[in-house]
Amino acid sequence: MNQARFPDTPAINRRFRLQWEEAQGCHVLLYPEGMVKLNGSAGEILKCCDGKTPVDQIITDLETRFQASGLRADIEGLLAHAYQHKWIV
Amino acid sequence: MTTPMPGTITPPFWLLAELTYQCPLHCAFCYNPLNYDAIRNELTTAEWVRVMREARALGAVQLGFSGGEPLMRDDLEELVGEAHRLGFYTNLITSGVGLNETRIAALKNAGLDHIQLSFQDSTRELNDFLSSTKTFDLKLKVARLIKQYDYPMVMNCVLHRYNLPHVDKIIEMALALGAEYLELANTQYYGWAMKNRAQLMPTREQVLEAERVVAQYRERIGNACELLFVVPDYYEDRPKPCMKGWGAVFLGVAPDGAALPCHNARGLPGLVLPNVREMALAEIWRASPAFNAYRGFEWMQEPCRSCDEKERDLGGCRCQAFMLAGDAAATDPVCSKSPKRDRVDQVIRFASQPGAQAAAVIEQPIVFRSNANSRSLGQDAA
Repeated sequence: MNQARFPDTPAINRRFRLQWEEAQGCHVLLYPEGMVKLNGSAGEILKCCDGKTPVDQIITDLETRFQASGLRADIEGLLAHAYQHKWIV
Repeated sequence: MTTPMPGTITPPFWLLAELTYQCPLHCAFCYNPLNYDAIRNELTTAEWVRVMREARALGAVQLGFSGGEPLMRDDLEELVGEAHRLGFYTNLITSGVGLNETRIAALKNAGLDHIQLSFQDSTRELNDFLSSTKTFDLKLKVARLIKQYDYPMVMNCVLHRYNLPHVDKIIEMALALGAEYLELANTQYYGWAMKNRAQLMPTREQVLEAERVVAQYRERIGNACELLFVVPDYYEDRPKPCMKGWGAVFLGVAPDGAALPCHNARGLPGLVLPNVREMALAEIWRASPAFNAYRGFEWMQEPCRSCDEKERDLGGCRCQAFMLAGDAAATDPVCSKSPKRDRVDQVIRFASQPGAQAAAVIEQPIVFRSNANSRSLGQDAA
């Protein structure tokens, strides 16, 4: 089973700060003396991680917003990666 | 971070604001310039605010408040507040001396993101730690404040000949203070540390033993505290990619407004450092001769120029090349391919001679970083 690949209602770990960086042209995660540059979809997914919205709702919201379907696997993959790197809790 | 292509200028990533050279401590391994006491004309609050705005507009994201001891400036809270409003991730690099509850509350309120707490005079602190006396109590108090205000506990300890044998005690001390990260950084030989190199340089056996102890602790403590061990580069055979490239990610500003492509650029001869009082930061970063002097690969000499590893280490450190090879554009002599590697080997051979160290210490006592020593050394240099 997929135990705890990512939390049900993910939130950005308080040890990181998510923000848009104009000079980089992307969202970034900032942490002590460092930065992770996020690609477009990773930035959009992490922006939805507010600690209140369940993962299923995040998927529906993004599919609606980008008029796409079948995003579940990609989104869950990114969330698992983010959870593994402690970007989300 | 990726290595920039030659000819392209990337935004600065890291602005290091050296707010003041004043410091209550006298560390023998400080990288500050020997003549720091002669540099008095500190930037005002308004000037720092302008520097931060311009750096942010250039794309800088991380901001380090350092010095000297940045807590010596009573406008630190105001500067942190402005940095936070500008969208910087703000780091305070401090000894903790002067950090009381009023100040940490004000810093938190101003939006400070991170505090890196250093051990300063580790020998004394270790003695204090073992006997539970007052310096350790001060550190414990500061460490508790840092936790109470919900900061990660990031500690830093500079390693050298005198404290490497106690690396286990240093780790125990960090664990006792509740540190989540401990950076064990071997001394880099610049400024005061270079002056005291003969005394501070460890033996190869000390370094290997310390690495072994760190590895054991890593296994034993698991995730409780992340231990970073920065090897002294004299004991490596390839140089560090210093500053991740000249004029690539790092922009330092000294207390008097001198813009620094690396922490120790003041010591490089012939490099005219632009001053933020006289030139806009964008022009300094993109167009000044100082920031372009060693950008990319064109400046390199052999063996770097034709080396297939040049994109990995970028030729090493310019200051080390100047100090050890006499030419800032030379290959960093730490590299085993450098024709001047023997100068590094000489230093480490000397460090391992039984008795030689004791003789060096007697002939040339450790020179502590103090205003009086800075004045007399500044006169020598002038």
